[in-house]
Amino acid sequence: MSRANMLKKAVIKTLPVMAGYMVLGMGFGILLKVNGYGAWWAFLMSLFIYAGSMQYVSIPLITGGASFISIAITTLMVNARHLFYGISMIHKYKGAGIKKLYLMHALTDETYSLVCTDNNAEAERHGYYLIISLLNHCYWMIGSVLGALIGGLIKFDAKGIDFSMTALFVTVFVEQWMSTKEHRPALIGIGASVICLLLFGSEHFLIPAMIAITMILTAIRRLLEKGENLDGQ
Amino acid sequence: MVSNTYVMISIAIIAGVTFLLRALPFVIFKDKKVPAYIDFLGKYLPYAIMGMLVIYCLKGVSFLRVPFGIPEIIAVAAVAVLHIWKRNTLLSIVSGTICYMLFIRFWQ
Repeated sequence: MSRANMLKKAVIKTLPVMAGYMVLGMGFGILLKVNGYGAWWAFLMSLFIYAGSMQYVSIPLITGGASFISIAITTLMVNARHLFYGISMIHKYKGAGIKKLYLMHALTDETYSLVCTDNNAEAERHGYYLIISLLNHCYWMIGSVLGALIGGLIKFDAKGIDFSMTALFVTVFVEQWMSTKEHRPALIGIGASVICLLLFGSEHFLIPAMIAITMILTAIRRLLEKGENLDGQ
Repeated sequence: MVSNTYVMISIAIIAGVTFLLRALPFVIFKDKKVPAYIDFLGKYLPYAIMGMLVIYCLKGVSFLRVPFGIPEIIAVAAVAVLHIWKRNTLLSIVSGTICYMLFIRFWQ
């Protein structure tokens, strides 16, 4: 695949993410601006943090003057799921050399969902993944900077725009649901999270939910792997 | 208002911890054969985690007080139905968000 073809393919593939990230990024930028931090801060955060939900969560933390240790722990809890994405990309990113450093940094939910559906096993795939990662990162940065600029220019009641994040995850969930006949992992994810939310409350349920999900999946591993053979996947 | 130095350090901490979480599996299994169990997790976790993320987004919704989470329920259903129907991520996200933003103003 030539470099131009690769870029064209990546742009087409990332169009949905562009839409989502522009909306989400702008939502973040507007919220940040409303809280007194402008485009430069939006750019810095989107460049170096590049984690949507955590950037939203960080606004009340930072403006509220939370301690560094609680900021670190919150980040650990909100972003712990990224460990799981890394686990499923070990093979795909193997042998990417220096590119891997950036591929790891840019491994968001959405980049993950695009790359994990790609079946290219050739060495050139790493270049393609790099372009996808870069494009998504750019959409996110452009969106958040635009949001911070617009948020300062026009008086805009942004309440509820953060629902775009929920909507994005719902679409990825639906995509995943339709991509397989095996719905147990998805149902376990919903069920364990709801139960943990009720048991531990909204501030502390994420880690227990992740532990519960890992344990339940582990417990039914044989069942899942048997079903895999039956489906002929 | 907090100082810019405080904000800078906070951003560095968030960025550092996030990068660590993203890089850790690659660092651990860099030169080793990946155990079958980790492969298994890598394959099935994403489906469960996406369900968890949806719940995570809805964690602040109160179903016992007015408006009983009705705007969220309708908006999430709208996104899901629209996405099953058209499979257009842009359309689903924008429509659902506009729908939600209208609802929460309507119900107040």
